[in-house]
Parts: sequence; C-alpha cells; structure tokens
Amino acid sequence: MRHRFSHGVHPQQNKELTVDLPIQRVPFVGRYVLPLDQHLGAPAQATVNVGERVRRGQRIARPGGFVSTALHSPVTGKVMAIEPRRAPGGKFSPSIEIHADPFATQRLTPNPPIDWLSLTLEEFIHHIQWAGIVGLGGAAFPSHVKYSMPEGKKIEYLLINGAECEPYLTNDHRLMLERPDALLQGIAIVKRKLGAKRAIIGIETNKPGAIDTLRAQIKRIHKVDVMPLPVKYPQGAERMLIKAVFGYELPATKLPRDIGIAVNNVSSLVAIADYFGSGLPLIERIITVSGSGVTYPANLIVPIGTPLREVLRFCGGLREATKSVIMGGPMMGQPIGSLDIPIVKGTSGILAFTEKEASTTFELPCIRCGRCLAACPHFLNPSRLGRLAKARRFDEMRAYRLTDCVECGACSYACPSEIPLVQLIRTAKRESHQR
Amino acid sequence: MTPYLGIGLAALFMGGLGVGLAAVLAAASRKLYVYEDPRIDEVEDMLPHANCGACTKPGCRPFAEALVKGELDPGLCTPNSQEMTQAIAGFLGVEAVKREKRVARLACAGGAHVAYFRAEYAGLKSCRAAALVSGGGKGCTWGCLGLGDCDIACEFDAIHMNKFGLPIVNEGKCVACDDCVDVCPKDLFEIHPVSHKLWVACKSLSAGDEAEQDCEVACTACARCVVDAPEGLIEIRNNLAIVDYTKNDLASTVAIERCPTGAIVWLDDKKAKKGTGAKKIVRMEPLPRG
Repeated sequence: MRHRFSHGVHPQQNKELTVDLPIQRVPFVGRYVLPLDQHLGAPAQATVNVGERVRRGQRIARPGGFVSTALHSPVTGKVMAIEPRRAPGGKFSPSIEIHADPFATQRLTPNPPIDWLSLTLEEFIHHIQWAGIVGLGGAAFPSHVKYSMPEGKKIEYLLINGAECEPYLTNDHRLMLERPDALLQGIAIVKRKLGAKRAIIGIETNKPGAIDTLRAQIKRIHKVDVMPLPVKYPQGAERMLIKAVFGYELPATKLPRDIGIAVNNVSSLVAIADYFGSGLPLIERIITVSGSGVTYPANLIVPIGTPLREVLRFCGGLREATKSVIMGGPMMGQPIGSLDIPIVKGTSGILAFTEKEASTTFELPCIRCGRCLAACPHFLNPSRLGRLAKARRFDEMRAYRLTDCVECGACSYACPSEIPLVQLIRTAKRESHQR
Repeated sequence: MTPYLGIGLAALFMGGLGVGLAAVLAAASRKLYVYEDPRIDEVEDMLPHANCGACTKPGCRPFAEALVKGELDPGLCTPNSQEMTQAIAGFLGVEAVKREKRVARLACAGGAHVAYFRAEYAGLKSCRAAALVSGGGKGCTWGCLGLGDCDIACEFDAIHMNKFGLPIVNEGKCVACDDCVDVCPKDLFEIHPVSHKLWVACKSLSAGDEAEQDCEVACTACARCVVDAPEGLIEIRNNLAIVDYTKNDLASTVAIERCPTGAIVWLDDKKAKKGTGAKKIVRMEPLPRG
C-alpha cells in the first residue's frame, strides 16, 4: 500500500550541512525571555511575580484557556520582568524575562516517573496541557487539544510525522537517530492512552538512517510501523501526510480526528516521553542552525527563551555576507528583523542565508503557465488568488477557497515569474480575517 | 389571398401585443409607484460625489436621503465647500452646524533620516504585508513602515510619501474621510480638528535610551512636557506622552520647549514647530542601513 499526495514541489534539500552532526547542548546563557503567547490559542497567564526566584522546570505560567498551555522556566534564576518584549512575529507580546543564577547547578529536580498507565484519558490530557507540550513541528498547536475527542469519536490511528520535508532542517532526523527509544516510548504512551489500534511513523526516504534505526527498534513492538515516503514538499503537512499514508483525501472542512487519526510530530512525542519518564516539562527543544551564513552549522538542544543572538554566537556567529535570517524552515519560516528575539516552542530551526541563497529578484508578469496550480497541494488556483489579492477582492478570494490555503509556499517556489504568491495570499488571509 | 393580408395581420398582431404590454406596464407603474422626495436628487447634485464615507453614510446618495429626512446635518460632509454646504442648508431650510475643519495626522516622525533600520525588508511593497513579516525592517516596532499604503488609499490625492518614506498630509486636500486611518496597519493616523495644535508625533511604547536607539525623534517618556504643561493636559501612559484634547484650550507652546527629541510638536501654519530644547537634526539624507 503506497500512496502519494498529488501536486507539491521538490526543492533542493540542502540537508547535508547538518545531517551528520550529533545534537549538542547549548550552554546556559544569562538572560531568557519567554513570550506568554508562544503557542497557538489563548496566551498563558503568568503565575510568578517580578523578583521571584524560580527553579529550572518550575511552572511560571498557567494555561489561559482550553486551547492554551502552561509555561515553565528553562533555568534556575530570578524573574526580572514581566512586560512586553519583541517576539518572533515582530510584535511585542507580554513575556517573562528570567536571569539565570550563575551559581546554580541547573540540575533538574529529579522527579519520580509518572505512572501513566493508571491515568484516565482526562488526567492524561490535563498532564499534557500543564506540561506545556505543544506540536513541535512549527505551528506550536497545543498537543492536548488533538487528544481531546468529542463524545462518541475514537482515535484509531496514531500518525507520527517524521517527514521533515522542509529543506535544511535535520532536527527531527537527528532525533530519530539518536533517541529512537524515547520516541517509541512516547508512541507507546499516546497510543495506549488514546486506545489507537495502530501507530504509523511516516518518514521520507531521504532519511534512510532514521528508517533503519526505527525499524530495528520496533521489531519487537506490536502494531507500530515505519512507512517510508517518497520525498516531496509539503509532505509534513497534516493533510498531505494523511493522504500519503492512508490514501485518504481529508476535506478542508474536517479535522484528522473526525476520521479517527491523530497526527503528531516526532519531537512532540519525545517531549511527552521525557515528561512522563522524568517529569521534564517542555523547557527545551531541538533546533537546526544551518545555511551558508552560519559559521558552524549544528543541531542543538536549546532551552526555550534563549535569545537568537546567543544561539548564533554558540555556532560561531554569522558570516559577514549574511543577508537574511529565517526562523523555521526556508519554505514556511519567518524572516526576522532582529536577533534579540528568543527561541520559542515553535522554532524548528534558524537559517542564515547569504546572497546566493537569499537572492531577491523582481516580479515579472504572470505568463499563465499553470505551474502554481500544479504545485498547490490543496488544489487551489494561486495565480488567480494572487491577482485577486492585489485587487483586494477578498470576497471573491473566499469563493476561491482562500481559507483552505496552508501557506506552504509551493506556489511561490514554482512560479517562474517570481510572483510572491504565498505572500499575497497570506496578507489577504490576515486582512480578510480582520474585517 | 393577397400578400397584403399577411403583412396586415402581422402588423395588427405586433401592434396589439405592444398595446397590451404597454397597458400592463402602465398599470404596474401605477400600482408599484414609490414616492421619492424630489429634493433628494437636488441635494445629491450639490454633494461632491466623492462617496468617501466621512459622513458615516456609505455614499453620497444615502447621505442625501438622510439630509432630506433631517437625520444628519449638511456640515458632516467634509469634502464639500462651505458655500455648497450653506446652499444645501438653505435649500432644506436647516441650520448647517459650523464644523471645524478636521485633518488626518500621522503619529510618527521617524523618516529614514532619523529612524534606524535593523533589517532590510525585501518582500511585497505594501505596509500590510510588511507588518506581517516581523513588522517590516524598522528598529521601532510602532513606527511608520513607509511603503505608502495610505498614499494609495487616499482618494483625494492628499497623502504623498516624502523622500524619507513618511506620508505627508496636504491639509488643504484632506477631507478627514478616515481611509488612511483604516488602511494603516500600525494605526498611526488620527483625525483631528485643526485647532488641536499640540501633537505627539510618536507612538513608541519604549522609553529612554531604548527608544532613542531606534529613532532620534522618539518620545522617550521623560515627562518634561507633563511637568511644563498645565496640569492634566498631558500624561505619560505606557511610556508615551498623551495629550488630553478635552483640555485643548490650555495648550500652548510651553509644553514642547524642553522636549529633548522634538517628539512633541506645535503644528502652526503647516509647519511642525519643535521646542528650543530639541536636538537639531540637519541630516538631509537617509541613514545608512544596518
């Protein structure tokens, strides 16, 4: 049973820069900034006061609603300020600043493993929410929301996203190579708790090492499969992955849970395994620092809240010729305008590009070649949407299913005239949303 | 059978059909007749047909209807000349409330010659798109992005970008229609009566050196204006001086004298006057990027 999702593009992978580099730990720095709204949904609410001393792993903010998660201190230190700070989006959002105690050992308080077997599903969901665990693929959608099912529905399949289709990024690949046991533990926990029949790990075939490692590990485990997937972007998008694995085209009006599937990123599952194994909440994550502008590309474990500048300093700093710095992958990541912003839960990588990668050309007229239509995995008409966006005709754009767009950027990548299609569509989406 | 008979029959039939349908139309126009005040058309002719929406109505026709009904007063139409407003008032027999001219004002003075850029923005040339991507390239998060969405949005040709990338409002042409207020992603435009002369040309919520690092004309929240001005006229809220325009009568140039950056200005005769304490910036070319 081998399916494929239709359309999509094949960008140059460029993963060889970091693919063989083992994950390193970034040393603690002096200052950490934690935005309270670093997950999707309602912002968290601070539960500490300025001047208070916090331990590493201590909860410093509680969920501000159901679609919201807690936040924990990445270091032992002192809360210096709770005020708006520059966040990755360029806006200022309320943040907690913590100064690390230079004399603290930064050792986690050892916690007994949580007896997850005896938890009910509600307790399990509560645990995940209060451990601050979100989808670490990039969108930072709170994980517990995916597990809470409406009455009468049940998760049949647990789909694990190890596609990592974004070029340059190798953090999930390294994680699967180095911590397959933790990943499988995470799968076992979630699968058991949700009562899923089967777990399937989808991995693109450009990661043969990860496929072999996991295959060797799962021999003894019942009902967990590794499925190699042909390399194509955007394989890691939820709906594309479902199509590639199950051959089922999920309509835009439905969520994966409506057809009994829960999709999780590999790093989210490792975070869950770490939490239930040693009580470690989500206070650090693995990122890839890569691109021709970085002196020493690396795969790193970074405490959440570390300023970007410090992470880049650890990697030998930026090269002179660096032109742009992107947070996330090159296709969907966000260019950033300041190095003072912190790493957040959704940051999967930092890419620094020099002239040869970040070339900006000028826009040419649309030649009606239709390549954007052939690239769009959601079968939209990006060319038409782009033209309507320029004319600010948002109602018509909605008729062309504007809201189905996942902003994967395949259309902009495919366009030979360099029309910034996804940028136009994204702007229109935000603007029509505001009205 | 003569050929004339066929032609005659056809003519008769078509004629009869015409008369029959005309009768239906005549009956319908009687039956479905809606009385419309003929004054609406005349009032509409006296309006400027700008359909700008400044009067709170969607266009000139609905405004004319509201005028004839007596719901609104003619002075609400800001693009119209005084004479025409008086003419409408005279025509309808109402008193046109004298309204002070209002104009759009930009709460930012950080052109490229005084505001620092921390990054170069290379995306779509639109402020709304730039605001989505890390807020454009300017060091100041609250400042004008300078890509001219307001210039495009202004239908009265009242806004033009100057060479430092700041929109300059031509007060003669501005009709206070609110279009620029709606379009600016940073909410920098405000509509004010021309008598509001004390103006804080900054929205930066950072303070002190931090604010000045990003822009040389930023409000640093030093509160000297608050001390100098009559009590209650100005207050510092969230590191920004805010003028209470209900006490506008008390305003004088005293408040601006000691402003160290010249963020608070006195708008007089189309010129923004800075206080004597403000640092002099004579730079006439954009700052180097970086």
